[in-house]
Amino acid sequence: MAEFFNYLLDCGAYALSGGRWSVAPDNLFGVVVTALVQVIILLHVIAVGALIFIWLERKVAGRIQDRLGPTRVGGKFGWLQTLADGIKLITKEDLMPAGADGFLFKAAPYVSMAAALAAYFALPFAGSPLPFVAQQLNVAAFFIVAVLGLEVFGVILAGYSSASKWALFGSMREAAQVVSYEVPLGLCAVVPVMLAGSMDLVVVGDTQRGLFTNWYLFHDPFTFVVFWVYFTCGTASVNRAPFDLAEAESELVAGFHTEYSGLRWSFFFMAEYGSMFTVSMLAAILFLGGWHGPLPVTEWLGMQADGWLEYSTSPGIAAYLCNLIGMTNVVLKAGLLVTVMMWARWTLPRLRIDQVMTTCLKYCTPIAAVMFVGAAVWQAALPRGLMLRTPLANIAASEPWQRGAEPVVQTSGIAVDKEAR
Amino acid sequence: MPATIDDPRIIEFDVRTEEMLVNMGPQHPSTHGVLRLVLRTDGEIVSEVTPHIGYLHRCAEKIGENLTPRQWIPYTDRMDYLAGMNMNLGWSLCVEKLLKYELPERGRHLRVIIAELGRMASHLVGMGAYGLDLGTFSPFLYAFRERERILDLFEEACGARLTYSYLTVGGATADLPHGWTDKCLAFLDQFEPVIAEYHTLLTTNAIFVKRTAKIGILSPEMAIDYGCSGPVTRGSGIDFDLRRDGEPIYTSMYEGYQFEVICERNGHYPNDHAYPAVPREAVLGDCWHRFYVRMLEVVQSIGLIRQAIENYHRSSGSHGEPIKLNQKLPKGEAYLETEAPRGQMGFGIVSRGEAIPWRVRARSSSFSNLAVCPELCRGCLIADVPAVVGSLDVVMGEIDR
Amino acid sequence: MNAEQMSGLIAERIPGAVTGQNFENVDPWLEISPVQFHKVCEFLRDDPRLAMNYLHCISGVDYLEVDPKKIAKAGFEPHLEVVYHLSSLEHRHRLVLKVFLQRWQDDRRGEIPELDSVADLWSTADWHEREVYDLCGVRFTGHPNLRRILCPEDWEGHPLRKDYEMPLEYHGIRGR
Repeated sequence: MAEFFNYLLDCGAYALSGGRWSVAPDNLFGVVVTALVQVIILLHVIAVGALIFIWLERKVAGRIQDRLGPTRVGGKFGWLQTLADGIKLITKEDLMPAGADGFLFKAAPYVSMAAALAAYFALPFAGSPLPFVAQQLNVAAFFIVAVLGLEVFGVILAGYSSASKWALFGSMREAAQVVSYEVPLGLCAVVPVMLAGSMDLVVVGDTQRGLFTNWYLFHDPFTFVVFWVYFTCGTASVNRAPFDLAEAESELVAGFHTEYSGLRWSFFFMAEYGSMFTVSMLAAILFLGGWHGPLPVTEWLGMQADGWLEYSTSPGIAAYLCNLIGMTNVVLKAGLLVTVMMWARWTLPRLRIDQVMTTCLKYCTPIAAVMFVGAAVWQAALPRGLMLRTPLANIAASEPWQRGAEPVVQTSGIAVDKEAR
Repeated sequence: MPATIDDPRIIEFDVRTEEMLVNMGPQHPSTHGVLRLVLRTDGEIVSEVTPHIGYLHRCAEKIGENLTPRQWIPYTDRMDYLAGMNMNLGWSLCVEKLLKYELPERGRHLRVIIAELGRMASHLVGMGAYGLDLGTFSPFLYAFRERERILDLFEEACGARLTYSYLTVGGATADLPHGWTDKCLAFLDQFEPVIAEYHTLLTTNAIFVKRTAKIGILSPEMAIDYGCSGPVTRGSGIDFDLRRDGEPIYTSMYEGYQFEVICERNGHYPNDHAYPAVPREAVLGDCWHRFYVRMLEVVQSIGLIRQAIENYHRSSGSHGEPIKLNQKLPKGEAYLETEAPRGQMGFGIVSRGEAIPWRVRARSSSFSNLAVCPELCRGCLIADVPAVVGSLDVVMGEIDR
Repeated sequence: MNAEQMSGLIAERIPGAVTGQNFENVDPWLEISPVQFHKVCEFLRDDPRLAMNYLHCISGVDYLEVDPKKIAKAGFEPHLEVVYHLSSLEHRHRLVLKVFLQRWQDDRRGEIPELDSVADLWSTADWHEREVYDLCGVRFTGHPNLRRILCPEDWEGHPLRKDYEMPLEYHGIRGR
């Protein structure tokens, strides 16, 4: 994309100067403009995503609880309800307790929001030949897991600066919980990374191409277990019920955001829904085949880069179409996981803090560790796995490092270390 | 045994931090009204709970000194506002005890129907709100869905949905409307199978059991010492229910009815094969048992209402005409406790021969039940405090009066 | 066991403790002398024949006719009664105890009468005595924590007394 903007600039400069000035393809200008465009797009992904998910949550909760949920604003399904709520929140007074630490109190929601936003930069929505990702990092899996953990800073700041005991309790719980759950979460995320031989999520996703049996969920019994452990830990690390102890409205009033109102409060919510989606996306990419549908329809139709409608060296229309389908796939998968989280939230009672820690330290971590070792041994002994492999899936079945690096279109100025893969 | 702060075997508790005083309430989502609990906490561990009550004190007893007994009926509604019918009944019976009034047969069965419906409505709130205390929202709405239907029935009978003033001294303000009992039976038929859903959602839910089993264990001795009553004592295995063991004027109301007093006898609840088994973790007297007792009492109430409707149709006579508003009371004193949903609700009256009593008294069951809360919460975690208070199922209107 | 038999048992064990009785009332009651009240309660609770392990209720009743026209035929001297409703879960019998107190200690207006606390015998008494103290004005000696319970801590007067007058103002809130 940076090259594209630099090319535009180059054309402009060329025309204006009569061919005397030119702009190099790696000029800083393109990088900056690209970054801006990406930030704006991603901000909207989060904000609109949160709008949709909050609406979805209310609808799901309504259905679970034998009622309708929002029905009025925006027509039939109340689909503009969240927007109306958002407008209400904007007009609300921005309150701050008298004893609060002003700067930290005001900064905390942005810290949370920034962390939730940052994770999206490395989150691919579609894979090769045209990875649909803001920054294709070669350590994307690691980056996302690490950045997700940063959200807790905002929460701790909020609790610390609120001058409220409930908020402090909430943030302390969150700190203990998120820090603990990072361990099993990381261990689980490492398993598909190990199977794919790369931390690049684009590669991890693409190695699962083919029939749904190629998904890492079905790779071997260990990965199957790991997925559920990952999902549990993911739910816990984004503070969703039954692990929503930091908010725990029946105990801590509202936990860390007790003292927040209006837009600042809604930032915490957007961050929560943002990271919920991130965790689900990560699960979809790591375990559920990412952007590959259960049936490799696009492959059958030959819609990959070397397929029809290709012209010159740039990817063909088919590749874009293929990306669009892939994006739908991965968003649907992640949305499904988010819905499962909602389902759990409106069904289960909340655990107690010691039980949350027990779940993590006594169950999730050891299980994840054993499954990690198991998956490693399995990979060494039976690299092709025992699951059904179709001939179409021969790319996925072969080892990625033997396969030869696939052409990966670079999307930004940051160089991707292809040798590392 | 749950972790307590005094436990010398737990090393973590030696690493004590500065103690913090936290106000849980009076504006707090889980304090069932305006209860204020002052928690002395060491991190997440609560070392002391001090309830502060009186935020809803409305001088009901003082007001009663200026009103005739029938005029005081609406004030009893506002005590336990979740079971107004049972409050009406308690006060009516107390005055009737002083008057030595004999209720007609039909009125007796009508009162059983209404009182047991009130108990069901109250236990439904208790169950739903307990879910809220533990962080699950849906059971609350399921409970209210059913409760609404009971309130619809009440509305049809007396015109009100919360403060009924229906049962009154001498009987009831009106007989049940035509066709009411059919609607009531239809509701019971619909409601009975739904209880299994509540058991799935809460009673047997693994997290629910984890949160309630072995939490807030109330020994039978302590329950008696603190004057606890109702499901709270029966959850501790005390076989006592005023409907069976109370004073004759009250037990005669339930004469000829078949029902079980729900409490664990020799390790078994009555007909426990029909209900989910007691989990292994649960200890007699803990939050789980108190909740379970309420759930099973609802089933007993259904049975009682079915019998009562049958008896009601079989019996003749009036539903019990209310006494005159300004009827002179005989000189004397009477005190009567009835089995309200939350325990033994006592009403007392001192009369000096005038129409207006000299003194009225309301002994609240929640008042005594809440008094035991500091004992139950000692050394528990913050999250257990709502669990314990919720399992006592207190209503502040009744405590503060 | 009925109230008459219980009265006999108490009189036998603690002579002079039962100073009056009324068996005709719907709830028969015994009047206990305030001096020996705690001893009587201890006996009632601990004697296996009585085993009064359950204290239902403590209520204060103020007897004072404030209407000057009615004073002549009131039929009582002004006094305070503290009423205890006891029962035994074991024997399923009930008893009502009454303690008659002066409205003001030694007739000094403003000094509330004293009575031994029974909070050490029944924990129920803890809160109930606080309530009686709060609303009727009886000081229970030996109570672990005798504070107001329903009224605010800085409230003045005892509302259930017949001569109680609502304060004109409480922290800027109009009373009457």
